Order: sequence, then C-alpha cells, then structure tokens
Amino acid sequence: MLLWIIKNQLFKVLVGQAEAQSFMPAQGSEIAKSVDSLYSFLLIVSLIACVIVIGGMIFFAIKYKRKSDNDKTAYISHDTRLEILWSVIPLVIFLFVFAWGWVIYHEMRTMPKDALEIQVMGQQWNWTAEYKNGVKSGEIVIPVNRDVKLILSSSDVIHSLYIPTFRIKQDAVPGRYTALSLKAEGTGEFHIFCTEFCGTSHSGMMTKLRVLSQADFDKWLAEEGDSASLPLAERGKKLFNIKCTACHYANEDKPKIGPSLQHLFGQENHPVESGVIKVVDENYIRESILYPQAQIAKGYGPRSAMTAFQGQLSEKEVTSLIEFIKTLK
Amino acid sequence: MGHSAHGDNYITAEKGLMSWFTTLDHKRIGILYFVSVMSFFLIGGIAALLLRAELFSYNAAPNVGEIFKNGDVYNQVLTYHGAIMVFMVIIPGIPAILGNFFLPLQIGAKDVAFPKLNLLSWYCLMAGAALAVTTMFTTRIDTGWTFYTPYSIRTQTAVSMMVVAAFIMGMSSILTGLNFIVTVHKLRAPGMTMHRMPLFVWALYSTAIIQVLATPVLAITLLLLAAERTFGVGIFDPKLGGDPVLFQHFFWFYSHPAVYIMILPAMGIVSELISTFSRKVIFGYTAIAYSSLGIAAVSFFVWGHHMYVSGQSELAGTVFSFLTMLVGVPTAIKMFNWIATMYKGSIQFASPMLYAMGFIFLFAIGGVTGIILATLALDVHFHDTYFVVAHFHYVMVGGTLMAIMGGFYYWFPKMFGKMYNEFAAQLSFVFIFIGFNVTFFPQFILGSMGMPRRYFDYIPAYQPLNRISTVGSWLIAIGFLIALYTIIDGLINGKKAPNNPWGAKTLEWQTTSPPPVLNFDHEPVVTAGPYEYK
Ligand code: HEC
Ligand SMILES: [Cu+2]
Ligand SMILES: [Cu+2]
Repeated sequence: MLLWIIKNQLFKVLVGQAEAQSFMPAQGSEIAKSVDSLYSFLLIVSLIACVIVIGGMIFFAIKYKRKSDNDKTAYISHDTRLEILWSVIPLVIFLFVFAWGWVIYHEMRTMPKDALEIQVMGQQWNWTAEYKNGVKSGEIVIPVNRDVKLILSSSDVIHSLYIPTFRIKQDAVPGRYTALSLKAEGTGEFHIFCTEFCGTSHSGMMTKLRVLSQADFDKWLAEEGDSASLPLAERGKKLFNIKCTACHYANEDKPKIGPSLQHLFGQENHPVESGVIKVVDENYIRESILYPQAQIAKGYGPRSAMTAFQGQLSEKEVTSLIEFIKTLK
Repeated sequence: MGHSAHGDNYITAEKGLMSWFTTLDHKRIGILYFVSVMSFFLIGGIAALLLRAELFSYNAAPNVGEIFKNGDVYNQVLTYHGAIMVFMVIIPGIPAILGNFFLPLQIGAKDVAFPKLNLLSWYCLMAGAALAVTTMFTTRIDTGWTFYTPYSIRTQTAVSMMVVAAFIMGMSSILTGLNFIVTVHKLRAPGMTMHRMPLFVWALYSTAIIQVLATPVLAITLLLLAAERTFGVGIFDPKLGGDPVLFQHFFWFYSHPAVYIMILPAMGIVSELISTFSRKVIFGYTAIAYSSLGIAAVSFFVWGHHMYVSGQSELAGTVFSFLTMLVGVPTAIKMFNWIATMYKGSIQFASPMLYAMGFIFLFAIGGVTGIILATLALDVHFHDTYFVVAHFHYVMVGGTLMAIMGGFYYWFPKMFGKMYNEFAAQLSFVFIFIGFNVTFFPQFILGSMGMPRRYFDYIPAYQPLNRISTVGSWLIAIGFLIALYTIIDGLINGKKAPNNPWGAKTLEWQTTSPPPVLNFDHEPVVTAGPYEYK
C-alpha cells in the first residue's frame, strides 16, 4: 500500500515535472490538458528508453574498451528469452500509448451537438471567419466556455488551421468541408498559424483566435452585424483588411505581393501588361477584383498571382471595396 | 598481390576518363556514384545553410539583414534542399555507393548480375539530376519535395520538369534494386547460404524489394501530376472534380517505404561496424535479418500516419497509428541487439565505430520521437511543425548520414588501398555529432512551442532557439569540410592499407586492398557465418 502511494505520487510528480519542462504552449482547453499528460508520460518513457539504450551503449563501450590486440571476447550468438522479452515490452508500451492517443483523438474528432458553428475559409493567404448572421471577420472570435465548431473550407489550395494553445489542427481542403471543435476555458488572444505549405506568404498566413466572455462576444457580434449602418467605404475597409492585406498595401506606396492600391483610382494612363488603361475607373477595379487575369498590372505577368474573387464576394461587397479603394489618396 | 596479371587492381587496370564512364565494374560504378552523390550533397547542403541563415532572425528583427527578398526564393531553396537530399543523396546514397561496391564482394561474387544495367542506372540518376538542376535556371520549383496538390497544379513554377526528373531518378532506383535482388539470389559464392550473408547484404536485399515494389507507384503518381498540369485530366484538381488528398495517399504510399529505403541500409552498415569493432559475433543475427524483411513488409501499410489531419477518416487514422506502432518493434529489437553485441566485446574506438555509436545515439532519439508522432492525439499538435522536421532529421541525417560516414571510413582502406588520418576523421565526427545536436535538438522545442515548418518568417518568441539552430548548422558544415579534407588527404598521402586493417571476418576483407578487377583471385568458398570471432 505504502509502496503504491509512493509510486503513484512519484508518478504524479514526474508527470508534473515533465509537463513543466515540456515547452508546450499554455493549455487553452480540457483537450490540451489531456494531450499534455499523454505527452508527458511519453517524454518520461522516452527518457528512460534513451537512458537504457544510450547509457547501456556508453557503459559497455567504456567497460569493454579494447585493452590489447589479443583480447578474448565472449561468443554469444543469441538468447531467445531475452529477445522475446525486449520485443514484448516495447510492443506493450507502444500499444498502450496507441490506445491512449486514440481515446483523446476520438474526443477531439467527436463534434459537440449544439455548438456555435463558424465557417472558416482559407485562401492564399488569409483566413475568413463567417458567422451565421453574415458577419465576416479576419480573426476568429469565440465566446468562452462554449462548444464551438469551426467548419473549414478552402477556395484555392490546401491550408491547415492550427491553434497551438488548443493542440488542434485540421487541413482546409478545397472541394470539401472539414471541421474542428474547441471549447476555450479562458479569455485571451491566441496565435493561429497555417501549417500546410501554400505558397509565397504561407508563413504570413497567421491570425488570432480571440476568446471573449459571452457578453462581450454577443456585443461584438451585434456591432459587427450592424455594419449595414456604416458608410460604404468603411465596410469596404473592413473587408479589405480581411481579404486583401495579405497581398496589397493600402496606405503605403510600395508593392507587397501585388501592387499598392494607393493613388490607383483615377490614375491616367495606368500601365498594364497589354498596354495602358486610359483612366482607372470603377469598372477597371471591379474587373481587377473579379477577373484578375483580364488585365494584369505591369510587371506582374504573364499570369496574375491574384485570387479571382468571382463568386466569392457579393455585389454589395465589391461595391464597398471599390468605394474604399477610391479613398486611398 | 595474388596472381592477377601485373598486380593490377580495379583502379589501375584501365586508364583514362572514358574507361570510367564506360566501365561495367561494380566497384568503379560505386565510385562514380560516390563522386556524383557527394556533389549533390554539396548543393543540398549549401541550400540548407542558406535556409538556416534566413531563419537566424525573424524578418522584422532590427539590424539583421535578410538573405532572401521574399518568401518565393526561400520556398524554392527549401524545395531544392528537400528534393536533392531525398531523391539524389539519401535514397541512392548507401545502396548505390557502398552497396554497389560491397554487395558482390560480401557474397563472394565477381560482379552484380547485370553489369550493364548497373551502369545504365547511374546514367539514369545523372540524367534525372541534370534535368533537376536545369529547373534551377528556369522558373524553378516551389512546392516542397512533397509536390502536394492542388498547389503543385496551380503554381507557375517548373513542376512538370522536376517531376519528370524525379521519374527518371526513380528508374535508377528500380534498376539498382532489381540488380541486387537477382545478384543475391544467383551469385552467392559456394557455401554462402542466405543465413551466412552479412547483415549489410540482408539490409540491401530488403531495401531492394521496397525499391522495386514502391518506386513504380511514385512514378505513376508523378506522371499523373504532370498530366494534370498539362492536360487537366481531373484526378487531383478539385476544380475539375478531382481529389487533392488522393495525391497524398499515392505519394506517401511510396514515400513512407522510401523512409526505409533510406534507413535499412544504414542499419545494415551499423550491424557490420558494431560487430567488427567489438570483435564479436552479432547478437541475434536471425532477428536482425528478418526484422529488416518485416520492416519492409509492414512499411507498405503505414502511409496514412502522414495524414492524420488531412481529412482522412478517424477509422483510417486509427488503423494507421496502430500499424505504425507495430513497425516500431523490429526497430527497437535492432537497437537492443547492437547493444547486446557490445556486451563482453573488445571495443575499439576507431572513427567508424564512433559513427556507429553516434548513429545509435541519434537514432534512439529519432525513434522515440517517431513513437510520439505516431500517437494520434499528439500528432495533431506536432504535425507540420518543427518537431517533425527535427524528428526526420534525427532519423535521416542522424541515422543514414552517420551510417554513410561510418561505412565510408570503414571501407575506405578497401576501396582505395590507403589509410586516412584517424585524428582528422575523429575530429570530423566530433563536429558533425555536436553540430547536429545543436542544430536539431532546439527544433524539437520549437515544434512543441508550435512553430510550423516551411516558414520563411516567424513570431519573435521563436528567435532564440532558431539562432542556436543556425549556429549548429555551421558546426555541421565545418565537420563535413574536415571529412572532405580527410578523404582527399587519405587519397594523396595515405599509408598503404593492409588487406584487413580492422580484423573483420566478412569476405571483402579477404581479398587485396584495393580488390582486383574480378574481386577475388580465387573463388572464395564459405564455410561459416560472417561474424565468427571465436
Ligand atoms: C494572393 C494575393 C492577392 C490577394 C489576396 C489580392 N490581390 Fe489584388 N493583386 C495581386 C496581384 C499579384 C496583382 C497584380 C496582377 C494583376 O493585376 O492581376 C493584383 C492586382 C490588383 C489590382 C489592380 C492593380 C493595378 O495596379 O492595376 C487591384 C485593383 C486589386 N488587385 C485589388 C484587390 C482587392 C480589392 C483584393 C481583396 C479583395 C485583392 N486585390 C486581393 C494579388 C492579390
Ligand atoms: Cu499555408
Ligand atoms: Cu511515414
């Protein structure tokens, strides 16, 4: 009994110790905690295994160092009992770890019933979260202590949504939906990365997960939903910050992945690959957004690297973007 | 000098560059591979140093210049680093260089079964490599070595050309594998039963089976990708109703077994080294030999462990995780066998043995982190982070490259008939070993912290560990420069090597150093196993 307590306590202390030393990010959810306990357990087992293997090797190397050229060595070709033992022990450990990993994985993949659903779309190189009331946001904003289901999709190549604090990750695959569930335990701001290589600005495809209290969340959602009352250009600015800033500067006159859009509207003799545009007007900008291949800005040919937004933006949204670009003087 | 005509060996038997390019001698072809693969290694290594240099700072960091103007160039360098190291260095590395040279010698044969095919496979590798290098002067390629669709369909870089290059190099791999299988079955010397073959031969044999069975799948996949890009056939492209994830299944169906193409021969070398330098019969010969075959077989059914978060079903993920755990067992068995071999041995700390011990050290870490990654819930967090980068470098660089170096120092006297400077060889080991750990250990921590791989830029919190890692890459570079010096110095100034400088028991040590054209002056007759230190 005493032995059992000692062992149990020792185990707890060890796991606690390993958790503290494991360099994992803060734990944002129950799942994160269970993942970390499994990881700590494996770290300890790994450490023991490495000590046995590497330590054994170094010990033998020193103990049986060659003394003279005529050293006699033992002739031991095999030992069936030993070999079975060191096959079975790892097997048992591996299967145990497999089962433990599976249990947590199953929990991760089981989608809660009445969760708050948010559509998250990946696109080179930004994320857009869309809420049931039509609100679009570049950051994913969720209420605390509530089951949330993120339904992932992609409009171009494969991306992967990764939130280290919650130990969750899922690919966003074009042409199908995938999903992630989470339940945040505390409020705060957490990193979101894209972890599937997606081209030039893959490493820039970051955003934030903002966890708010239920009251703050409701307020935020209502305010954002109220954007109909905002002036058109303001709405355009919001959308621009979600969809376009990965590739365009609006207030600086320097190129990013695409050209700066400052001073664009109204420009005369604007150079494009196939000649010049007499005057940049609403129609040119509209075409540039919906069908970028039609006219390509000078120096960005032969094929435009810009996403074609045809089918992704509503008529109203395009208009608001144009209104915003008009203000970029 | 035996009775070969004028004491000629395979190096002096013929003269002139043309005699090398038209040679059918497996030993000379091994040397051809050696020179070419080492050149590729140099290119891939420079790419790695550039990547690490870029990652020395996050881009907004004050006062530190950037190496690359934008993500595009970085992504290209990253792709070349991966593709060159995998397809042109590690896959051909051990089988084509050391395997070519020593497989026939170790089984007492005069050559491989199909000498002309052997030369052809070198030309295939060179043709593929030439094409791959040519892409560097076109639009280059930026997909990563994995060519994931649909990015690889949409990118405007030279994907099709690179894919054809990989296809041709795959041919080389298949031909070499085929050659080895037939050689092992048909050309063993009298008395050399399967169970008297050295473990290096067993490892090459298992590898050859994977090469022949898995590589065609890669070839077809890559051709489909090229077809998708050119004709839009709609297999992988979601816009045409294709399934991009299908590509991942095809790709990993080859590329997971390919991991064993890279590591099994390395394990074979380590078995040779541990036995020789402990002067002791290998512990559990049968277990090691058959675990190679076992690994080869199971390795075909674990590819889905690269795809736990790809959208693959939970059931599939579970089955793949389970099977992956099973592959862990034969690997663990080998580790225990090597250490048991050292028990009550007479251990000589020559540089090849240092590399073998370095291998066990690094491979142990690579192995346990492999189990961590095979565990479903943990992989969700670690997938596509630096943890994975660290893991596979521990396995492939810490494993395969350590074994190549160890094997090369071990067989150098036999290959060239000269001894190298032991001190320089040990110094190279120290730099490579320490540099390796300094470079890659911090990457485990970066991965746990959440840093994704293939990132051109990162958040400031990741900077300190990235700096350590970059410094480590310089130590590795120094280590390899010293190794290069050791080789050149050995070739020029080396003392004449005896036939059997290490007192090893396998057949290649019974002939002269360097061996005659037909390997043995008299056909050897084998009466005992390969490690009979009695
Ligand atoms: C993936 C990167 C990317 C994103 C995202 C992107 N663009 Fe572009 N954009 C480009 C590139 C590259 C060009 C230059 C090639 C061309 O003209 O098609 C361009 C060109 C343009 C032009 C024409 C500029 C000129 O000088 O003629 C306009 C207008 C424009 N983008 C607006 C937008 C708006 C509005 C959004 C957000 C809804 C957006 N872009 C999102 C990459 C991007
Ligand atoms: Cu990405
Ligand atoms: Cu794999």
